[in-house]
Amino acid sequence: MTAALDVSRRSFLVGSAAAAGGLALGFNVPLTGEALAQTTPEINAWVMVRPDETVVVRIGRVEMGQGTLTGLAQLVAEELECDWSKVTTEYPTPGQNVARSRVWGNFQTAGSRGVRDSHDYMRKGGAAARQMLIQAAANGWGVPAGECTVAKGVITHSSSGRTITYGKVAEAASKLEAPKDVQLKDPKDWTIAGKPLKRLDTAEKLNGSQIYSIDVKRPGMLNAAIKACPVFGGKLKSFDAAQVQGMPGVKKVVAVGDNAVAVVADTWWRAKTALDALPIEWDGGPNAALSSESIDQMLKEGLKAEQAFVGNQAGDVKAAIAGAAKKVEAEYGFPYQHHATMEPMNATALWTNERCEVWTATQNAEAALATAVTASGLPIEKCDVYRQNLGGGFGRRATSHDYVRQAVLIAKEMPGTPVKLIWSREEDMLHGHYHPITQAKMVGALDADGNLTGLHMRISGQSILAGVNPQGLQNGRDPATFQGLNPTGTEGVLGYTIPNLLVDHAMRNPPIPPGFWRGVNNNQNALYLECFMDELAHAASKDPLEFRRKLLVNHPKHLAVLNAVAEKGGWGTPAPQGVYRGLAQHMGYGSYVAACAEVSVGDNGVLKIHRIVAATDCGHAVNPQQIAAQIEGSFAYGLTALLYGEITLKDGKVEQENFDSYQMMRMDEMPEVESIVMPSGDFWGGVGEPTIFVAAPAVLNAIFAATGKRIRSGPLTKADLRRA
Amino acid sequence: MVSLTINGTVHQVDAEPDTPLLWVIREQVGLTGTKYGCGVAQCGACTVHVDGVATRSCSLPVSAVTPEQKIVTIEGLSPDTSHPLQKAWLELDVPQCGYCQTGQIMAAAALLQANPSPSDEDIVAEMTNICRCGTYNRIKAAIKLAASENRG
Repeated sequence: MTAALDVSRRSFLVGSAAAAGGLALGFNVPLTGEALAQTTPEINAWVMVRPDETVVVRIGRVEMGQGTLTGLAQLVAEELECDWSKVTTEYPTPGQNVARSRVWGNFQTAGSRGVRDSHDYMRKGGAAARQMLIQAAANGWGVPAGECTVAKGVITHSSSGRTITYGKVAEAASKLEAPKDVQLKDPKDWTIAGKPLKRLDTAEKLNGSQIYSIDVKRPGMLNAAIKACPVFGGKLKSFDAAQVQGMPGVKKVVAVGDNAVAVVADTWWRAKTALDALPIEWDGGPNAALSSESIDQMLKEGLKAEQAFVGNQAGDVKAAIAGAAKKVEAEYGFPYQHHATMEPMNATALWTNERCEVWTATQNAEAALATAVTASGLPIEKCDVYRQNLGGGFGRRATSHDYVRQAVLIAKEMPGTPVKLIWSREEDMLHGHYHPITQAKMVGALDADGNLTGLHMRISGQSILAGVNPQGLQNGRDPATFQGLNPTGTEGVLGYTIPNLLVDHAMRNPPIPPGFWRGVNNNQNALYLECFMDELAHAASKDPLEFRRKLLVNHPKHLAVLNAVAEKGGWGTPAPQGVYRGLAQHMGYGSYVAACAEVSVGDNGVLKIHRIVAATDCGHAVNPQQIAAQIEGSFAYGLTALLYGEITLKDGKVEQENFDSYQMMRMDEMPEVESIVMPSGDFWGGVGEPTIFVAAPAVLNAIFAATGKRIRSGPLTKADLRRA
Repeated sequence: MVSLTINGTVHQVDAEPDTPLLWVIREQVGLTGTKYGCGVAQCGACTVHVDGVATRSCSLPVSAVTPEQKIVTIEGLSPDTSHPLQKAWLELDVPQCGYCQTGQIMAAAALLQANPSPSDEDIVAEMTNICRCGTYNRIKAAIKLAASENRG
């Protein structure tokens, strides 16, 4: 893709003016804030065609590695009938989106929504642009548009054989009225979408030319390093700027809000060096005694609590458990996780009393803009955010724009000077928005024939919404807690039909900022349920596949992905010597996923995950090659959490400060991943997250098969896997 | 002033002797393809070549590098993204977010320089850089593809 708009409004205007010989279909160059406000939304905001035939697709969602720019461009290009080799993408700014009544839709890129929530309006944008371009050619020739066809951006008048390209008619097309109705192609006729095309954004990532947020350079820019109170909820008490003001490169030491202090210097390394030398006193506040042990007690109490929010209910689970021929019980847990994006949080801000501009990596540029507006004290039309490439997101850059707020507050102290704030890795680890901690008490009732007659799943632990967006709670209940366990809906339905069922949540919110972490609550819900289903199958002396199949009979899509991995994974056939298999299935973000894992465990307890077969039914597969890449990556992310992931608290502070104490899976531990992309065609599901749900449970079930040991909470570094 | 030879050009830079090479490359020299990930030589996003050896530049003080030593960053690996590894990376669509990939490529380039036909075991022993997107299998495949192309 072309670089994002990492330019000031001034140079943006110059660039746009230079390109004005071409057409901006539905794109008016913004002259002033007032002019912007008067601009009406246009259907073809998505498509620009330059005189050199370059097709620029403008996209609201953001690329963070998941391939959404390529996928969305494929969908537009499919309807536009342009030459794919001429397609590039650009980001509009949130300021432009706000000024144009959000013509580009929702900028939020989370919940695996990039394609599934934008395909309709983006395809219509492509189709409308095609009709306008054809109409412009037909007008020029004086023939009916119906006599013209188009292929690869070349319009042909069939009877006369005349041809003209999109680039030549683009300007005329831009003056036409947008069509009222457009017909979208049947996906079975797709030639660009649905194909395993290469990504548009690879070449720049191979030679250092790709500019990430952390690489932004602005004229006269200074750099800032920051420390916020390491105890959550604590405050900055004092600091002694005089001690560091004479150090090389130091320009200013500034308090940032009530809980942080930053050093501004000519280079970031000098800012960090001075910050490390700066005497700082913190007031730890009310959470200074918080520990993982106290949080554990809080959650343990929730497992037994009388009151809980109900997520899914059927029959009479108490009676079923009381009358069970066999009762099975187990307690599970899922520790705090950190996003640990490879690129630490950072933002560059320029503030004057007339304007505030921010260059940053964000999964939701409109939220970043709102943060900048609040921090800057300026009205929204005087602020904007220029989206930069993300060195990873995974939900961190959607949950909070604390780094943007800080950058603007620092820039406010240096009017007219751009300041780039970079968090050190340590700062990033200590000030995450962590995947929340939960535990679960699972109780199952089996009848004399080993049928599952009742299941109570009590979740105890932290609500993300309560921390991030309390307005989203429903009478105090967090509906997102029950991801993948819902009775109905299109987002994440429980596949098992269990006559007596209760899924409930005792909300216990430790004072740790929670966040949306790739897969979100599906991660622990799938682990708890799928590992317990394995326990139930063994307690019932049934094959785990057959046990699940019977319970999935009312949900054929859940069943189909499970069957697919069982077949390709060789379930029921002999595994290689010493290798054992485990299964898991789940539904989330509109997609159905399953995995079959193969592991071995040495006599010394050393685990090797050999192979994963993973299936997804995401309805429509816009780019099967990129979906396969997401499946592979989701196992690295999910299994990293299982193997190593645990954020612990001591004295109110996170104990893990870098990759030496918060380890990541590396290449030597990565299993082979065989993906099965099996779109069944009548819905649109997400692909960036879903297969992560089944990573940990499939491996844990395989570990049980190998060792006879039930590991009910990560990380595996704490577990003794030697056979009992 | 510190004198450094980076990608064949001698740079005189104003930096304290204990400044990590990474930050001199990024800030004083202005080459941002080399990335900051951890600062403690754990993740490898900052990998450059010093006299052909893959080196984690975040933990190497600039004072430890002599003016004669040849530093190569991702920008200097090839003039036109034509290194066999870069071509293989493109062919297999390896990167996702891409942030770690320049370090991965530099680590792989040093590996192939020392061992033109690495086995899978050789590759996983040498390639210890972190990729949070999880592109490991494609990185491994791309290294093997580049090695096989090299053998022609």
